[in-house]
Amino acid sequence: MRIEFDEPRCVAAGQCAMVAPELFDQRDDDGVAIVLNASPGPDQQDDAREAAAVCPAAAIRLVAE
Amino acid sequence: MPETPDYPAAREPGCPFAPAAAVRTMTRDNPVGRVRIWDGSTPWFITRHADQRALLNDPRLSIDEKRAGYPHMTRARAASAPHHPALITNTDPPEHTRLRRTVNGPFMVKRVEALRPRIQEVLDSLIDDMLALPSKKADLVQAIGLPVPTLVITEILGAPYADHELFQTTSHVLISHDSTPEEAAAAGRAIGGYLSDLLDRKIAEPGDDVVSEMAGWVTAGQMTRPEAITMANAILIAGHETSASMISLGTLALLQNPEQLALLRDNSDDPKFVANAAEELLRYLTIVHSGIRRIANEDIELHDTVIRAGDGVIFDLAAANWDDAQFPEPDRLDLRRPARQHHAFGFGAHQCLGQSLARVELQIAYGTLYRRIPTLALAVPFEEVPFAMEGVAYGLKSLPVTW
Repeated sequence: MRIEFDEPRCVAAGQCAMVAPELFDQRDDDGVAIVLNASPGPDQQDDAREAAAVCPAAAIRLVAE
Repeated sequence: MPETPDYPAAREPGCPFAPAAAVRTMTRDNPVGRVRIWDGSTPWFITRHADQRALLNDPRLSIDEKRAGYPHMTRARAASAPHHPALITNTDPPEHTRLRRTVNGPFMVKRVEALRPRIQEVLDSLIDDMLALPSKKADLVQAIGLPVPTLVITEILGAPYADHELFQTTSHVLISHDSTPEEAAAAGRAIGGYLSDLLDRKIAEPGDDVVSEMAGWVTAGQMTRPEAITMANAILIAGHETSASMISLGTLALLQNPEQLALLRDNSDDPKFVANAAEELLRYLTIVHSGIRRIANEDIELHDTVIRAGDGVIFDLAAANWDDAQFPEPDRLDLRRPARQHHAFGFGAHQCLGQSLARVELQIAYGTLYRRIPTLALAVPFEEVPFAMEGVAYGLKSLPVTW
C-alpha cells in the first residue's frame, strides 16, 4: 500500500495526524499535513485506511502496490 | 409528489435526541427531497451519509452566501451576508484554502493537545466548587457546561474572562432563530466593537494568544482588520455554546443510559475508550441541527434527480448520523461502536475548524465528570429538563443535577 497525498486539497484539519500519528504529522506554521511514511507496514494499514476515511477534504488516497 | 416539510422541523415529544420524524422518513424514502425554509423557498435536502460525503467534497457546490438563491439559515443571516468580508465560512477553494490555513495554527492537533493540563485544571476546579455546595444540587449548564468552553476560548483568544457575560449574551443572540435582524445587528456591533478594541490592545501589546497572532497578520498586511474581527467573533461564537451543549446534553444522554454511563465511568482511565465515547456522543447528539447550506454551481445528478445550477442545497447532519446504512441501530447510544466517521462537525473542506479543540474539551469533560461524581443524578424528572431547540445548535436551558 502506498499513500498519495494531494496537498493543494488539504484543509489542515489534522484528522490524519490524530488517527495515524505514525504516518502523518502537521506542518508547524499552518497545519498542512505531512506524510511521515508513505509506505505503511502491515500493522499500519488500518490506520492509513482510517486516515483516508476521516480526511474531510478527500486529500488522502491509498494505492495498492 | 412527496410532501415538502417545513425545516427546521420540530422533534417528536419524548424523543428530544432523535432527528425529527419527517427528516428520518426522508432519509429512508426520499434521499433528494425538498424542504420549505423560513423565506418560503424550497431548497434540496440531502440526508444520507454516503450522499453527504460525496457532495460536501464536490466542487460543483459552493458556499458563497452572497449569491442569489443561497438558502440562508435565518432571516438575520440573509440580511448580514452581503456585508461579510471573505471568510472561511463563505469562500470556496482555492481562496478558502488560503484563509483556512492562515487561521488554522491555534487549532492544530498538537497545539490543542498542549492545552490538556490547563483544561483539566479548569474543570477540576469547577467540579470542586460544585461539590462544595451544601445543597448538593446544581445546574450543570451554569456550573460546568458553559464555564469550561468560555474559559478555554477566552484564554485562546486572549480575552479577559471577566468579559464572559458579553460573549455569552451576544453569541446567544447571534445564533438564535428567534432574533430579529435588528437584535442580531446590535449584538454584532457590540461584540465587533469589543473585539476591535481587543485587537488594538494586542497590536500594542501582543501576548501568546490568537488575537495577538491575528494582530501580527494585520500589521504585516496579510489580513484586513474586518477579517480579523469577524474571524475572532466566529471563533468565539462557534467555540462557545456548541461545546457547552455537548457537555450538558452528553451528560443527560448518559444519565438516560445508565449502563453506558457505568461503562464510561469504569473506562475513564482509558484514553482510547473515552475518545471513542466522545465520538459516539457527537454522532448521537449532532447538536448542529439546522442543516449546513450550499448553492449549486452547475447541474448535479443524484439518484435520478437533477439539482439545477443556482439551486440551494441543505445537508442535515443529524440525519446522516442517524442513517442506519452507516450506523446500524442509530437510536442506540453505544459507546463501543466505531463512530469516527460521523458528520457532527460537517464534512468536506469546511468541516469545523475547532473540532480538535472540541474533542479535547469533551474527552476531558466526559473522562472526568462521572469518575469524580459517581453518584451524579438528575434532580428533576427527565420530562422536565428544559431543552433549547431554537438555535443553530440545540442544547439545554438548564440541567438540574444532584449527587
